[in-house]
Amino acid sequence: MEQLLQQLVNGLSLGSIYALISLGYTMVYGIIRLINFAHGDIYMIGAYVGYVCMRHLKLGFFESLIISMVFCALLGILIEKIAYKPLRNSARITALITAIGVSLFLEYSTMAVATATVRTYPADVLINKTFSPIKGVIVNIQQVYIFIITIALMLLLQFIVHKTRIGKAMRAVSADKDAARMMGINVDNTISYTFAIGSALAGAAGVLVGIYYNTINPLMGMLPGLKAFVAAVFGGIGIIPGAFIGGLTIGIIETMVSGYVSSLYKDAVAFAMLILILLVKPSGLLGKNIREKV
Amino acid sequence: MKDTIKRLLQYTASVVLLYALIQLLIFAGIINEYYQVTLAMICINIILAVSLNLITGFTGQFSLGHAGFMSIGAYTCALMTLRVGGLFSFILGILLGAILAAMVGFIIGMPTLRLKGDYLAIATLGFAEIIRIILLNLDFTGGARGLADIPRYTNWTWLYIFTVICIVVTVNFIKSSHGRVCISIREDEIAAETLGINITRYKVLSFVIGAFFAGIAGALYASYFYYIKPGLFGFLKSIDILVIVVLGGMGSITGSILASIFLAVISTYLQAFAEFRMIIYAVILVIIMIFRPQGLMGTKEFKPEQVEKRIKERNNR
Repeated sequence: MEQLLQQLVNGLSLGSIYALISLGYTMVYGIIRLINFAHGDIYMIGAYVGYVCMRHLKLGFFESLIISMVFCALLGILIEKIAYKPLRNSARITALITAIGVSLFLEYSTMAVATATVRTYPADVLINKTFSPIKGVIVNIQQVYIFIITIALMLLLQFIVHKTRIGKAMRAVSADKDAARMMGINVDNTISYTFAIGSALAGAAGVLVGIYYNTINPLMGMLPGLKAFVAAVFGGIGIIPGAFIGGLTIGIIETMVSGYVSSLYKDAVAFAMLILILLVKPSGLLGKNIREKV
Repeated sequence: MKDTIKRLLQYTASVVLLYALIQLLIFAGIINEYYQVTLAMICINIILAVSLNLITGFTGQFSLGHAGFMSIGAYTCALMTLRVGGLFSFILGILLGAILAAMVGFIIGMPTLRLKGDYLAIATLGFAEIIRIILLNLDFTGGARGLADIPRYTNWTWLYIFTVICIVVTVNFIKSSHGRVCISIREDEIAAETLGINITRYKVLSFVIGAFFAGIAGALYASYFYYIKPGLFGFLKSIDILVIVVLGGMGSITGSILASIFLAVISTYLQAFAEFRMIIYAVILVIIMIFRPQGLMGTKEFKPEQVEKRIKERNNR
């Protein structure tokens, strides 16, 4: 029982990070129907920006978090303008291949600049203390921080999407791009905002993962990025609460598998789940089935 | 009829001539050990690219898991030659590897090919990752260390034979009625279905053929480079193959061949700068997608007859 609870706690903190990344995936997919492969690498860049802020500029945790989010937001807009905007009306495979290209570019440019060595986050940025609420279960304060920050960002995102003008525009563009344009919505700007918000969340996830696991490297974004995509599909792609639920689920299942079965199989589980969900209910947990019209 | 036979003879003669020429250069030492590696890479990449082109370029099914099939062929052949030994085990290993890869392709293809576009890409990627993780965890595959000291049987002759077989089979498949069906699925899936075509069957067919040749390429790879490990057949390898197909043109066999040669030569020269090679790959991908999304050759083929015709026309003028 204690082990189960312990795995649940670990799973929730890992899941929060997946949830933050998959929110960006879901938002971008919802608005331009593109699997943004580069999203996982924006998360990696976020981790590196946080590293530079903390280690070299000696900034505190929250300043670094915010700087990293802003940097990633700008990077997201830049990528969208350079690589995805010219392809807005082309085939989806074309856009997907471009996304892979951007992803490789970010990974290997980071490797060229920062070298492939693994970097370690400073350990004293956040209080590193443990307490045990129930006997046998150990919770690190950092895990609490990660969970609270994720919930806070998630609520902020819900507020932006449902209560502000930008959010309204985003929902309109994702429902029908042409109709939205006719209603006087600036579609290009709305897409840019979506990339900015999604990338900022990925940047936040990058800093949190740096704090949680301590080590970062240029290829760290690849697998979590794919898993976050699995999370987005699991919850129903394009649906924001779905991505959140999917992220937490994947995180929890993954820690359960590495706790009870073998840590070597944990990466396979996410993909097995993906294939299962695609075969059973491709629209995802919260998704609705849409009929194909000819 | 006479023309067809004449052309067939011409093609056969040029295929044999090319083989003899390069074999001669190898004997003469002009193509040294170093360039022979490039030559092997070109042949293996051609097989991989042509087989992926059949799936992605001609049937229009976007697969990101080609390296997974390659790894099955590679491990089968490596284990065969390591455990049994001898030239016979090498040939058996290639065939067994290819058949095993085709079978896995069938098992993977049956459920996933119902999916479309992006979802299919992610599902194939997921399957390739699962294959990699299984290879990583099995005992007899050597885990993360992989298999070393694989006897080398692959040489220029074998590489050339299998490359030619792969190209000939693929080209003839595309020209057959089955191949035409595959192209119709690429052009418009719904229209093809309304014409009474069992689209899943043909998608799976092209997927299985593609996997078969990817298995052969993997087997040749294992037997040429002495050493394999699961990390070699990851997501990046699949992307490598995809870059070749996209660069050459999705739906052009000659495009894939030219792109294989071009990229193998580039990466030989950029060997010392592995990171820059990947950055250049990435930039090439993005630029081609933005400015020439159909690839260098598009769906066109390079045919010697057309060049001949054009020269004749110019002379007559």
